[in-house]
Amino acid sequence: MSEAIAMLPTDARPLLIVEHLTMRFGGLVAIDDVSFAAGDGEITAIIGPNGAGKTTVFNCLTGFYKPTVGRLTLNRPDGQFLLEQMEGFRIPQLAGVARTFQNIRLFPGMSVLENLIVAQHNKLMRASGFTFAGLLGLPVYRNAERKAVELARYWLDRVNLIEQADWEAGNLPYGGQRRLEIARAMCTEPVLLCLDEPAAGLNPRESAELNELLLSIKAEQKIGLLLIEHDMSVVMGISDHIVVLDYGRKIADGTPEEIRNDPTVIRAYLGEEEEEALPPEVAQDLENLTKSD
Amino acid sequence: MAVQTQTLPKPLDLAPVFKEAALAGLLTLALTVGLVGIRTIEAPGGLSFDTRFDDVAWAVVIVFLGRFALALTRAGRPLPALIGSAAVAAALTFLLLIGEGDPHGVLPFDDPIVSWIVVICAVGLAIRAAVVLGSVEAGSSKAADREQVMDRIAAQFQYATRWFGPLFAAFAIALPFLPFGDRQMVDLATLVLTYIMLGWGLNIVVGLAGLLDLGYVAFYAMGAYSYAMFATEFGFSFWLCLPIAGMLAASLGALLGFPVLRLRGDYLAIVTLGFGEMIRIILTNWWWFTGGPNGIGSIPRPTFFGLPFDRTPEEGAQAFHTFFGLEYESIHRVVFLYYLILVLALITNFFTLRVRRLPVGRAWEALREDEIACRALGINPTNTKLTAFAIGAMFAGFAGSFFATRQGFVSPESFTFIESAIILAIVVLGGMGSQVGVVLAALLLIGLPEFFRELETYRMLAFGAGMVLIMIWRPRGLLAHRDPTITLHHGAAAKAHR
Repeated sequence: MSEAIAMLPTDARPLLIVEHLTMRFGGLVAIDDVSFAAGDGEITAIIGPNGAGKTTVFNCLTGFYKPTVGRLTLNRPDGQFLLEQMEGFRIPQLAGVARTFQNIRLFPGMSVLENLIVAQHNKLMRASGFTFAGLLGLPVYRNAERKAVELARYWLDRVNLIEQADWEAGNLPYGGQRRLEIARAMCTEPVLLCLDEPAAGLNPRESAELNELLLSIKAEQKIGLLLIEHDMSVVMGISDHIVVLDYGRKIADGTPEEIRNDPTVIRAYLGEEEEEALPPEVAQDLENLTKSD
Repeated sequence: MAVQTQTLPKPLDLAPVFKEAALAGLLTLALTVGLVGIRTIEAPGGLSFDTRFDDVAWAVVIVFLGRFALALTRAGRPLPALIGSAAVAAALTFLLLIGEGDPHGVLPFDDPIVSWIVVICAVGLAIRAAVVLGSVEAGSSKAADREQVMDRIAAQFQYATRWFGPLFAAFAIALPFLPFGDRQMVDLATLVLTYIMLGWGLNIVVGLAGLLDLGYVAFYAMGAYSYAMFATEFGFSFWLCLPIAGMLAASLGALLGFPVLRLRGDYLAIVTLGFGEMIRIILTNWWWFTGGPNGIGSIPRPTFFGLPFDRTPEEGAQAFHTFFGLEYESIHRVVFLYYLILVLALITNFFTLRVRRLPVGRAWEALREDEIACRALGINPTNTKLTAFAIGAMFAGFAGSFFATRQGFVSPESFTFIESAIILAIVVLGGMGSQVGVVLAALLLIGLPEFFRELETYRMLAFGAGMVLIMIWRPRGLLAHRDPTITLHHGAAAKAHR
């Protein structure tokens, strides 16, 4: 464990510690011995070219895959959870790890508000006495539901969807759906929020708003954020710590400043030197990486 | 349609229209020449066959003309199609009414009903042509908006149920005392209510939780058999058996739930289908326990809190009519059974309406929408699915014990796959998840065919045709509209839909 803590480039308390994570699918090694840590109250970005294994890391963290090898420790102030040993749905329920998806997964037929209420399922389930008290309409449940609506209202306000609260979630514009997914994840009251390409498909203005939202979540909620992102303006603009994966291996780990100047990272994005024609996406990333801030 | 408006001034090219109609005629010829044209008959010394090629010829001509009218409508010439089909419909109706005793005077078909179907098709064509004509004149693209219009109607209908729902319930309560509430009517209403209750129960599983269950009848059977056995073997009363039947059916539901939890969609449907058949086959073959194909007979009839509905009660006991000082009438029991199923169905409805607003109900709907997202929010998909299965099964169990007490006899024959299919059809037709949709669909699918009993052989045909048409026009069901279970801006959502 000490080895992993040493990898945290900032002096934050490590919230998530990933040690020797390996994931094999048959003969394919999707992640190969990756170790890193994510600090509490920090934004940690995982970047890398397509197919580097970023989403697989997320799926291991949130219980959708069982890692072949490795230990995933979540250090909450009130206890330690070994995520690799927990059943998928218990990870958000008990450990407090929430996630969003690369291809948005809302409940499209339900209203925006309902999406946020469903996110508070476990809390409300207890308050409804596992349905029995709720069926009788006891005040315990009614109060809990009112509080749940208040929390939902707070997050709707934060993501600017209060006007559309009673819309069907599937009818929201794309950017709204992205924001709603973040609000929904926040309604589970997580300690670690994992965002899988939250800026994908957003226009520059929406992308800038997203940056602000994520920074304010970090500042106000004091939770850790783990971010997969292709958009370098997001990554470089808001991350405290960046982990770079390539072909399932970690090739760099450090502050944005360090990553920007890391020759291995540049080579991973650039490819071998004789390779001349870069895919446009990679060229764009490279340009952002080297020039912009 | 808008495109056709612009093409209207262009000269009509009749060749493709003829081609389309000829193709349809040819197809009809190919289909009917064997099926209709040749019929085996019993002749002395074996089977022989006779031919009905005039029927085939008529069928081909009718299909050709119908398709011609349809193609003409599509080609932007609805007026001749309208005039033609209306004329044919009017002429046929006239001739059929005149020559009522002799259908052969008009069309060669043996059964006048077939001729009437032709009339209905002609009327349908005329209506379609008229609609297209109307939209061409109005210059609007009506077909494109149809879905939206229907959605708005469904939303308004749903909204209106708030008012006429209680009215409908009041009507249902008053039904046995209304002038037309005779024995036959009350019996029919009881049957419809049984299916409404089953539909509401299955709606929890299919409509809310999105688990396609083709073996729902297994739980119905479980309820019926458990009441039959507890009542005949141990002499338990109906009111004691009812919760037992519900619980047993719910356990069976949970039991079925376990192995199928990982399955979704088509796979789940196949497994539940197999499960339903399994239960029926067990009931048939486990003869020393279930009575096998003979079933269980002389099941005690329900009592009014201990008062039987007998003409001559046992020595020292009182019957319903003696206790209340009424004349004995056999309809008392029928009316009592009617109220019993009405109460059971209303309980099912209230439960569903209530549970939809509770976390478990919302979790069911969320599970239907996206199971992976549910897991990422910490919802236990296993428990959620199991509760849906078990609660849906419980209501089937209640309905099953009602069935047993009403019939006084249960046998595996009552629990065939077609029952599951009808219940599922009610849910799908009504609009998945819509409570009032189930009522409407049950009235259409169960009530209406009972009124047309004379049509016997064509009932199932009409049933199938109706289903096909509705699936074409309203693939999401008649009243597929979902109201949010909770709103932030009061009334705003309701307004936004209109």
